[in-house]
Amino acid sequence: MNKLSLIGLLSLVIRRDLVLAMRRRADVLTTLIFFVIVVSLFPLGVGPEIDMLRKMAPGVVWVAALLASMLSLGRMFSADYLDGTLEQMMLVPQSLSVLVLAKILAHWMVSGLPLVIMAPVLGLQFDMPAQALWVLIAALLLGTPILSMIGAVGAALTLGLRGGGALVSLLVLPLCIPVLVFGAGAVEAVVSGTNVSSHLSLLGALLVMALVFTPWVTALALRISME
Amino acid sequence: MLEISNLACSRGDHLLFSDLNFSLSAGDLLQVQGANGSGKTSLLRTLCGFMMPATGEIRWCGQNVRELGDAFYAEMIYLGHLNAIKDELNALENLRISAGLAGCKVDDRQLIAALRRMGLRGRETLPVKVLSQGQRRRVALARLLLSKAPLWILDEPLTALDVGAVGLMQELIGEHLVNNGMVIYTTHQPLEVVGVATRWLALS
Repeated sequence: MNKLSLIGLLSLVIRRDLVLAMRRRADVLTTLIFFVIVVSLFPLGVGPEIDMLRKMAPGVVWVAALLASMLSLGRMFSADYLDGTLEQMMLVPQSLSVLVLAKILAHWMVSGLPLVIMAPVLGLQFDMPAQALWVLIAALLLGTPILSMIGAVGAALTLGLRGGGALVSLLVLPLCIPVLVFGAGAVEAVVSGTNVSSHLSLLGALLVMALVFTPWVTALALRISME
Repeated sequence: MLEISNLACSRGDHLLFSDLNFSLSAGDLLQVQGANGSGKTSLLRTLCGFMMPATGEIRWCGQNVRELGDAFYAEMIYLGHLNAIKDELNALENLRISAGLAGCKVDDRQLIAALRRMGLRGRETLPVKVLSQGQRRRVALARLLLSKAPLWILDEPLTALDVGAVGLMQELIGEHLVNNGMVIYTTHQPLEVVGVATRWLALS
């Protein structure tokens, strides 16, 4: 019987989504530029008081990352839904959850990873100390995949709905609060000299939990959306 | 091989059809007929498992397809109204990905041969964006050439195809049936396969 291995399926779907993203570079850049602009607006808005900027930096970067990740969620499944590829993906003789996981990973590489790379540069605008920048990178590395995973559930549930873009933000943003709290908390902890590892451990635990449950829930939501 | 018993299907509160019974065995060609809105596409989508039947059972080799799951999907291929091809990729890349997802192990030589047979010689590496509707349909249909699945479920396979391509489709279906394949399809255009008696299923 013809059947792909799980790893084969993962790498095939990730490669496909990355090639598609590279051919639609404008979409990727939009998310990144949105992130940069939102973060840069804050120093302009609140004024150049260095103490205040330093204090609010982690929160600003995290909220901006959260909003930027909402921007790209609509694209996660909608293009495949509209051209029929999603139908064919459901007929793949292999677990739909694994396929969904591959799509989530590809989505993170395209929309989450650039934010992680860009964040330290933006942190410098706020005069964040080097140590805080490292923690910021670590927290974003753990946190942005969770945003993509929770977002995938929302994107699958709102697939094919009119005005789905706004609805998905309303669904997903409240669920991302723990990520925001621990992510920004980790950076604040290092600045104030308290223990960072507890925040990062909790983020790691959230990541593992999301990794286990969200692909499965997303697959269920996609099946409902296809009916 | 494929048995449908007492199948009923509804969209919302509206019952599309009920008490549908038929079976399909190796070498059978079945055309689903009916007016617009009579539930042809819904029937095919129910067979694929996209929709839950209101009542009734769909069996493949004696087992319920819901229980078979992936084992059933490995033995069928579905072509819907939508071509499932990406504008950003070229014909070859599109075919490589869809064959890969279906689990067919094919090399580029076979992919190119399939595209050429579908009349896309010289168009293999053009972005699908620049192809015409009929040519896009041909790219989608090329998947049939690579698949080893015995059951073909085709929803309006002839849309946008010219006379030559319709002839080619008849030839492909004929070959598939000779190899003990099964085809269930809907169409509003005449499709005659030489040497095979088409069975009809009328939905009203």
